[in-house]
Amino acid sequence: MHRTLFLLACLLLGTAPAQADWLNFRGTDGTAPSGPGPGAAVKWKTALPGRGLGSPVVVGDRVFVSASSGPRQRRLHVLCFSATTGEKQWERVLQATGRTMCHEKTAVAAPSMASDGQRVFALFSSNDLFAFDLDGNLLWLRGLTLDYTNASNSLGMAASPLIVGGVLVVPSENDSESFAAGIDVKTGRNLWKLDRPKLANWTSPIAHQGAAVLQSGKGLTAVDPMTGSTLWEYSDGAATIPSSVSSGELIFAPSHGLTALRPRPGQPAPAQEWRVEQINPGTGSPVVLGGKVYAINNAGVLNQADPATGERGWRLRLDGPFSGSPVGAGTRLYAVSEKGLLQIVDTTAEEGAVAHTIDLAETILCTPSLSSGALFVRSDATLWRIE
Amino acid sequence: MKRLLRRAPAPSLAFALAFGLTGLTAQAGDQELGPLLAALRAVGPEGAANEAAAAAWKDLAGAPASALPTVLQALDGANPLAQNWLRAAAGTITDRALAAGQPLPLDALTSFLQDTTHAPGARVLAWDVIRTADAPRAEGLTMGFLEDPAADLRRPGVTRLLEQAGALLASKQKDQAADVTEKAFRAARDEDQITLAVDQLKELGRSPDVAGHLGLLLEWKLLAPFSNAQRTGFDTPLPPEEKLDLAASYPLPDGTMITWQPFRSTDLYGQIDFNKPYGLIKEVVGFAATTYDAPEARDAELRIGTGNAWKVWLNDRLLFGRDEYHRGSRLDQYSLPIRLEKGPNTILVKLCQNEQTETWTVDWRFQLRLCDSTGTALAAAPAQ
Repeated sequence: MHRTLFLLACLLLGTAPAQADWLNFRGTDGTAPSGPGPGAAVKWKTALPGRGLGSPVVVGDRVFVSASSGPRQRRLHVLCFSATTGEKQWERVLQATGRTMCHEKTAVAAPSMASDGQRVFALFSSNDLFAFDLDGNLLWLRGLTLDYTNASNSLGMAASPLIVGGVLVVPSENDSESFAAGIDVKTGRNLWKLDRPKLANWTSPIAHQGAAVLQSGKGLTAVDPMTGSTLWEYSDGAATIPSSVSSGELIFAPSHGLTALRPRPGQPAPAQEWRVEQINPGTGSPVVLGGKVYAINNAGVLNQADPATGERGWRLRLDGPFSGSPVGAGTRLYAVSEKGLLQIVDTTAEEGAVAHTIDLAETILCTPSLSSGALFVRSDATLWRIE
Repeated sequence: MKRLLRRAPAPSLAFALAFGLTGLTAQAGDQELGPLLAALRAVGPEGAANEAAAAAWKDLAGAPASALPTVLQALDGANPLAQNWLRAAAGTITDRALAAGQPLPLDALTSFLQDTTHAPGARVLAWDVIRTADAPRAEGLTMGFLEDPAADLRRPGVTRLLEQAGALLASKQKDQAADVTEKAFRAARDEDQITLAVDQLKELGRSPDVAGHLGLLLEWKLLAPFSNAQRTGFDTPLPPEEKLDLAASYPLPDGTMITWQPFRSTDLYGQIDFNKPYGLIKEVVGFAATTYDAPEARDAELRIGTGNAWKVWLNDRLLFGRDEYHRGSRLDQYSLPIRLEKGPNTILVKLCQNEQTETWTVDWRFQLRLCDSTGTALAAAPAQ
């Protein structure tokens, strides 16, 4: 018995991410143990090619980003930098096999990368999916539009993949051949593939209590990441741009404003704990920090609420607009506007307060990442480390 | 578009001899490249053969820079997935050699680049390597690619011509500027460069034949409106799909008879706009038919751009369809590989308009062109 527990502990420790890692879009839940404070400044910045919106992914001392460049953004880049110095470690350039048409505001390199701590995975709007080890060795690749010829969106796709239970959950939802797939991280082959609502959708899956939760305009569907079988469904509709966030036993979904859901083991649908229509996440997704839930609406107002009841707290007008989602550490929220203004919010201030700003002076549509007390964010042309 | 993505066949004897599967060592060094390249070329749909490819890739990526021409040659005839495996290997070999200060086989790569029998993607990769290692050498080759089968290789030369035209215009040499811009227009194959050249020519008082340059088909017969209520028209087989008869007439539910009517596009970029003859109507399906007279049987590409749901048939065979509405449209939005028969070839387009009422959903139109794989318009004039 003791030996079994010991082995189980080793297994868990061996596969658990290092505390400082930020392995996917919005990390584990949009928060980290620590982040830059009021005296924050740019520690380094480095040039990026072409265009890209995806968040940096941090594994140990490495930062990974994707980019797309060239005519019709057919060149797809995966880049690795030293998190300490910003020095480029490696870059791989591949060619899009799917369609690269997208709205001019977004880019083919819109989805954020994902990592399981040993490998990194890059999904592009062209539905190309690449897997590398941390040293840049190509492990496998897929052309998902080659496989499923109507899986594309002429406005562009931006949903980010996610590792759940060791499986790479890949969203490819659109008006036509819409699906989500669970992909074997070692081989790139499908473990499962689900038809999804035929509706353009830019939200990203989240993990909640071991399940992969897929969001679409129809609502939320939780699936077993190993098999794709449905665990529960919430069918009262949801947003197609901001994603949900998991915190404890609850999921806060951008649905009719903001709706708190409590999935119940063995039940086909979660319980609805509360709903506040006035808290309406805009493009960015909500985040839970320090016992409060936060969301930025389309007017650039940061809304605070009690996650247990939905009771509204303070509202703070930020300098927007925002495409990226806020992330948090400790008592601070970090939001980067489209104009490139990083705003660090002190959530302990009576009405919330912007404690510090850094003007990065470039268009930023990316959600920042947090690791080891630093914030990483990118524009099309630049990757920054701020601390 | 269902591209033909088959698992690559077992290497032929010619391939084996070329890549050392008979035991000969490739000139690139001691490493046996043949089986490694074969493993990469064998990848297929849905991750098929990925494991073997990963193992081979790691070995191949460790090859010396002298292996680059061999690696690039393996892109010839490779499927798009295999090309990416090979592309990543070539990039890794190049980066490592450059980081170590080792020379690259630039003469061999230049010869490879200038050999138009190689796959366009392989030649562009050679160009990228040369440009990275020896920018002046690459710059010196630029103007030699203005009529190249690889559209990407034309781009730098077209850019340079447009810049020259701009400089001539700035020095008030208007006619010379227009001549150079026309040269750029003729060479351009991508929409962004074509548009720049067209806009500049129009400002200079010239009238570029955009439709002819692109191979846009302007003369059609149109038939509408059938119902697309609840968007069911896309999947519902309608009479013209079952039998194309340009002399036929069809009853609408109210008893009105509709017939095919001629339509010639006067749009600069060849938009076939159903709103013009039929008005801004919603939840409808229209058909457009034309005939293209090919002087010989040949492979080609049918390229279509539209923001409406659509299907297209060639000689009564359904090529592809897509049920997406109002997410944007552009030239060459979809490229379909086709085989033209010698003589008349019938093209039928089904174009669906849905129920949305926003101002940006009024478009009910498409543009369609025939070209070769380089984007060069097919020469034959359409026949009616």
